[in-house]
Amino acid sequence: MDTNKKSLSFMISELKRFFKFFFSELKPKGKVFTPFNIITGIIMLTGAVLLVIRFAFGLGTITNLSQEYPWGLWIGFDVITGVAFAGGAYVLTFIVYIMRDEKYHPIIRVTVLNGFLAYVFYAGALLLDLGRPWNVINPIIGNSFGVSSVLFLVAWHFLLYMLAEFIEFSPAAAEWLGWKKTRKVLAGLTLGAVIFGITLSTLHQSGLGALYLMAKAKIHPLWYTEFIPILFLVSSVFAGLSMVIFEGSISHKVFKHRISEEIHRSHNDIVIGLAKICAGAMFVYIFLKALVFVHGQHWTYLNSGWGLWYLVEMIVFVAIPCFIFIEGYQSKKINLIKFGAVLTLIGIILNRLNVSVIAFKWYEAVRYYPTWGEIVVTLAVISAEIWVFRWIVNRMPILSDMPDWAKRQDQIGELESVTQKSESLKWKASIT
Amino acid sequence: MDRRNFLATVGTAVGASFIGRNAKASEKIEMMGILIDTTKCLGCRSCEYSCAEANGYPEPSDDSDKLFNSHRKTSENSLTVVNKFVIDENEIYVKEQCMHCAQPACAAACLTRAMHKTKEGPVVWDGSKCMGCRFCMISCPFDIPKFEYFSANPKISKCVMCWERLAKGEIPACAENCPNEAIVFGKRSDLIHEANNRIYSEPDAYVKHIYGEHEVGGTGVLYLSSVSFENFKFRTDLGEEAYPEFTKEFLYGVPVILTLFPAFLLALSNSTKREKTFTEGEGGNGH
Ligand code: SF4
Ligand code: SF4
Repeated sequence: MDTNKKSLSFMISELKRFFKFFFSELKPKGKVFTPFNIITGIIMLTGAVLLVIRFAFGLGTITNLSQEYPWGLWIGFDVITGVAFAGGAYVLTFIVYIMRDEKYHPIIRVTVLNGFLAYVFYAGALLLDLGRPWNVINPIIGNSFGVSSVLFLVAWHFLLYMLAEFIEFSPAAAEWLGWKKTRKVLAGLTLGAVIFGITLSTLHQSGLGALYLMAKAKIHPLWYTEFIPILFLVSSVFAGLSMVIFEGSISHKVFKHRISEEIHRSHNDIVIGLAKICAGAMFVYIFLKALVFVHGQHWTYLNSGWGLWYLVEMIVFVAIPCFIFIEGYQSKKINLIKFGAVLTLIGIILNRLNVSVIAFKWYEAVRYYPTWGEIVVTLAVISAEIWVFRWIVNRMPILSDMPDWAKRQDQIGELESVTQKSESLKWKASIT
Repeated sequence: MDRRNFLATVGTAVGASFIGRNAKASEKIEMMGILIDTTKCLGCRSCEYSCAEANGYPEPSDDSDKLFNSHRKTSENSLTVVNKFVIDENEIYVKEQCMHCAQPACAAACLTRAMHKTKEGPVVWDGSKCMGCRFCMISCPFDIPKFEYFSANPKISKCVMCWERLAKGEIPACAENCPNEAIVFGKRSDLIHEANNRIYSEPDAYVKHIYGEHEVGGTGVLYLSSVSFENFKFRTDLGEEAYPEFTKEFLYGVPVILTLFPAFLLALSNSTKREKTFTEGEGGNGH
């Protein structure tokens, strides 16, 4: 009885400590009224007002969506493109935790954090687009499972993936809070979360493409193919890594004061390595695209505006950046690689928007284009993500070194796993 | 047959053989449908009025001359529309509404099963489940489901073959009120039989094509016409495969990947770990 009371009061005092710490950390670090803060602040406020209008009077009040174009910028860019950009997390966790290439270890945390936030915000933007959002729990609580729906799978995989990424990221949060025991437990879950996460990623990256399989009669033949899911998966590899290169070079400037010696030292090496992987993935992608093109006998379509548009996408924004990456890593030109990454990112935006918006109902006389309201809400979502990202990076050991106690924990963990292994070897030896 | 149906059928079959009873429950109920004979349509739009009345939609405008000047589509306020086409100086009127596909893309797309095909044939919508994602609109090859963009509580509207009237033993309002029997309601197989009869007894009056017999795997609504269907801006490039088939391979792949991938990744991870432990004398990174 007494011990119960004691542990209860202990827990309460711990909780109090946590909230005190948490609220003290909520305060911004550094100047508040920077140009960036003012602009993004205004964007977010406007976005919030627009969303109130949208939920009160319907989607049509602030968007250009119509019976012909039920999905616009919010799905095509926020979700379909945003998730491709978040692909860096699953590719890098594969390289670091499965292939155990230590070279990329320094940037794994920031990449996972970025991936996690991208999902929370961009996939979260999906909710803004739902006409009857209060029913969103239906496919989750199992009241009615539409298992034959690709969207059902995508929704579930999004949810589970966010959980996996949260677990992957959580040791950093535990280090920030100084929760040693919790961190040990969470760190132990990482490999499981990584394996789970990579599996889910391959499924929903391709699943986003599979969403459009039934729109066969509506997407221009240069973009529709039954291989959309595979093309989406392959392109998410270089989309994600290009985003890592791009964000990395920005973080390097913005968070100079937080960047650990290790990241700083290895930065160029990492960028060159990523460029190599990007080039490889892009080569595979170009090959697959060519295969689809030849197989579908699409030559005749080239002779039109759509054909030109297709060539621009494929040559300017895939083939050229592919060569740039090759040249970049061969002659170690970091800035050239960064330029290639930007081109690639634009190319991915074009490709995803082509499938979902631009070449969708290409035969329609009245075309969809986003309203300023849709654009502002999209920018607001991006701004909010950057704010949260900045808040976390400025507090938790994401770019900075982890605390010494955490390093020690990891070393002990390694030792344990080695001794365990040698024990089991000994044991095996003893029975043979 | 989609996977769920397949499992249900297998389940029933296995269950039935165990219980030793006849699997009467799974006996197929015949799909009901509607036959629209465009050669008989007078363009009176009675179907539009009766549809609006039966389903509680605003009464359609009666300015037919003006309406017939443009090609109309169904909308969130009108589940069926009649269009006029002048072909070789003949006026042809064509009614449009949901095709009630045998294997509807809209239902396969719906992640809450709000849109679903009843075993009697109509494809219906359940507002208590729908979350308004509009994936049904993306997927329907005929662009039928419509969404209320200016409502805080938007509905998906489309023809439901007067589902509630059928339950009461009545027939769809449009079929009941057509003065010239251009709209016939009945068992789909009977309707196809009837349509073929008409084509063969009056070969000059019809083209030899029942639109909807094979399109997208067969639809519940069938059309007869004196001219080819491109003239009505009907899509004739949709193919004969049922649209849910296009996602089948992907969906079949999912459980395979979900079971095989983790095992593969774990094995890969273990192999790289061991290598490190023995060659460099350090374990894999634990966090
Ligand atoms: S026509 Fe469209 S809405 Fe109607 S059943 Fe077929 S797929 Fe569904
Ligand atoms: S809008 Fe409603 S009916 Fe259509 S797919 Fe989404 S949940 Fe289903």
